[in-house]
Amino acid sequence: MISISGLIGQAFAIALALVLAPLLLGWLGMCRAWLQSRSAPPLWQPYFMLRKLFNKDVVLAETASPLFRFAPFVVFGCMVLACAIIPTLSTDLPLAPAADALALVGVFGLARVFISLAAMDIGTSFGTLGGRREMLIGFLAEPALLMVIFTVAMIAQSTSVATIVETLAHRDFIIYPSLAFAGIAFTFVAFAENARVPVDNPATHLELTMIHEAMILEYSGRHLALIEWAACLKLYAYSCLGLALFLPWGIAERDNFMALVAAIPLLVLKLLVGGFLLALLETVNAKLRIFRAPEYLGTAFLLAVLGLLVRLLLEVKA
Amino acid sequence: MRFHAEPIEFTPQPGVGAPVWHGRAVDGEDLLRYAISVHRHQGRLSALWGSDERERAGGFRLHCVFALTEGWQWLRLDLPAENPTCPDLSGIFPAANRMQRATFDLLDIRHDGPDQRPWLRHGGWPADWFPLRHDAGDHADFTNAPTDYDFVKVGGEGAHEIPVGPIHAGIIEPGHFRFSVVGERVLRLEQRLGYQHKGVEHRLASTDFLTGAKLIGRISGDSTCAYAWAYAAAVEAACGATPSPRALMLRAVMLERERVANHLGDLGALGNDAAFAFGLTQFMRLKEDWLRLNADLFGHRFMMDRIVPGGVSHDLAPEALARMVEQCELFAREVSELRAIYDNHAGLQDRFLTTGIINTDLAHELSLTGMAARATGMILDGRVYRQDYTPPPPYAALGVRPVTDERGDVAARVAVRFDEIFESLRLLRAMAVGMPAGEILTTITPVAGGAGLGVIEGWRGEVLVGLEFDAVGKLARVHPHDPSWQCWPALEHAVMNDIVPDFPLINKSFNLSYSGADL
Repeated sequence: MISISGLIGQAFAIALALVLAPLLLGWLGMCRAWLQSRSAPPLWQPYFMLRKLFNKDVVLAETASPLFRFAPFVVFGCMVLACAIIPTLSTDLPLAPAADALALVGVFGLARVFISLAAMDIGTSFGTLGGRREMLIGFLAEPALLMVIFTVAMIAQSTSVATIVETLAHRDFIIYPSLAFAGIAFTFVAFAENARVPVDNPATHLELTMIHEAMILEYSGRHLALIEWAACLKLYAYSCLGLALFLPWGIAERDNFMALVAAIPLLVLKLLVGGFLLALLETVNAKLRIFRAPEYLGTAFLLAVLGLLVRLLLEVKA
Repeated sequence: MRFHAEPIEFTPQPGVGAPVWHGRAVDGEDLLRYAISVHRHQGRLSALWGSDERERAGGFRLHCVFALTEGWQWLRLDLPAENPTCPDLSGIFPAANRMQRATFDLLDIRHDGPDQRPWLRHGGWPADWFPLRHDAGDHADFTNAPTDYDFVKVGGEGAHEIPVGPIHAGIIEPGHFRFSVVGERVLRLEQRLGYQHKGVEHRLASTDFLTGAKLIGRISGDSTCAYAWAYAAAVEAACGATPSPRALMLRAVMLERERVANHLGDLGALGNDAAFAFGLTQFMRLKEDWLRLNADLFGHRFMMDRIVPGGVSHDLAPEALARMVEQCELFAREVSELRAIYDNHAGLQDRFLTTGIINTDLAHELSLTGMAARATGMILDGRVYRQDYTPPPPYAALGVRPVTDERGDVAARVAVRFDEIFESLRLLRAMAVGMPAGEILTTITPVAGGAGLGVIEGWRGEVLVGLEFDAVGKLARVHPHDPSWQCWPALEHAVMNDIVPDFPLINKSFNLSYSGADL
């Protein structure tokens, strides 16, 4: 049964994601600048970037196939869908039954496949290099992310993100040790998946070290704008997923309009704190050698498995 | 004077500059024999260039500068006007390869080596036109016809090439790097440079020596003091002039300030290349403060045109020296704090250690010089006392402590840069206290037919300028030689056992000049 308030809430959540995602990146940029004792760019710097890119003409390589032009829309669509099914303000999301947490991993995977294919489409060595590295990171990060989701799903007895949030946020407060392991593993994966330090460096101009940036070197104009916006949305989606799984308090329940209104400032506060911590971790770390990335993501996987074992051995009553 | 019982008779160059001997080889055999003897005595090839002497001596001339422990030997070999051919030195000194090819591109002085590919000529001028020949004419209007370059191919299962540049994603100088890789592993790197060739040597011919001084100071902006001093030393040697002790000390002050500025910038950039942006902002702040004091003290942030033939053009008042000392003390504290952060950062050290290794034997074979050579454990510094070597003034009186590190990797080059900053800060304080009084500039009258070689230990390595005056006291031929000539091939070897994404870090740890070697 789809309620009107549910539809409004859903539409609002998507709109909020589209607006807040670039701001989250802007906030990250500000925090990074402050931590490096530089004067910070304005919060809406990513908006300037998007406006600039949308106003520019697209320069297409002669060898570009329709896939190359198509991919940015697929990637952007995937990220909007991901933001739609992750409860940010309310668990009353009509779109939520469309995809559970496992399908969410699949949505991220679909976007990855398309951006990698598009990267190799032109035939430059950098695109292939980036696509290859992205796949290496992806195939190591996805199992770890799945393990994290299994752990949380076992607590809620459901893989639907909305149900998980309802379970964790609105029942009696219990400390789950398994969630601590899963939370650390999730943080590891989030850095790798969003092309942040220590796995990738979004600020680099060194084409030989790039992962995500190498894949999008050939993009320009509105295509690049969509990809950059999608990258903001991905970061926002991961942040919200982390908040939903590990700090779900404050997300509104079904048919609770006042709680929905109250959830907005709380979400912004959580994102501000989370963004600052992310910037802090990025600032104190250097980028890993690319062949250390498997070790890094292996650690994430191991922690996620530990979380699952803790859940199975200690928390499930016989 | 003779070296190693070889028949070539050398005469010492007069003046107070680095110890240089001039000699003349009778024929190609003579040159080859001497080169082998230098190699056997752990010597290096410092520079190689050619000149068109058909108007003065009826032929061409090949110039080789060899470096032994005692100093530098400038050996000339006269070649005939028709089909000038010189022996191939690249079998003895691999560093000769590119210099020989550049000499051919500019002058049609052939070599009988196996590598006959062009080096500086990228199709900007026809293959039968040689820009440094006096009869080549000035403003030749050629259409650009880029030619294919025969890169060495690497075959085998899974091997493929990654072409990088000459236009890069960042705003840097142009150069092409051809990587042959399997996956991420680098099998081979081949560089193609020369994109910045702009005819500096041609421009320098027939100018007066003061105009030449300005141009030389702009060959490589980050080494303007080293070039200006090497040029001034060469002019002074050719004209028999001696700058005052105060002028020499002021030159050393500028050279050391240039060294510190560049090391600061590179240390920050090295942190940034490992995504440790904190390092970049901190070191750039320090470098900016350092350059601002340069502007206050010398009226120019990079101290261009402050070192001139005969002395220096800018004096320092006692208050200025006091400010300098104060800043050195502040920097010594701040840089050691940053060094502690770099040294204790596990992620950064993981990237630096064992990356881009060059061992001492390889460094010796490649005639490597400067900071990169010292990072392989060689005590190779024109400012430092060694057995049989006395540094030129004012360094003789300063007692520069040699800085070395045996590891040969990026971490070693970082460590050498840090240590050189501290040593330069110490020297700057010592020089400010012991600054002699006196004039800063002596007048110079060009001597017709005079020749001189200046060698200065710049921040990157040894900068050489060899020059000759013509019969009317104008510059006949000037060859500025950047240490990057010797260091670029070393970079090709340094990445060979590493992975592709480590190349930018290794490259930055050398930070070589494109423009300085392309000329």
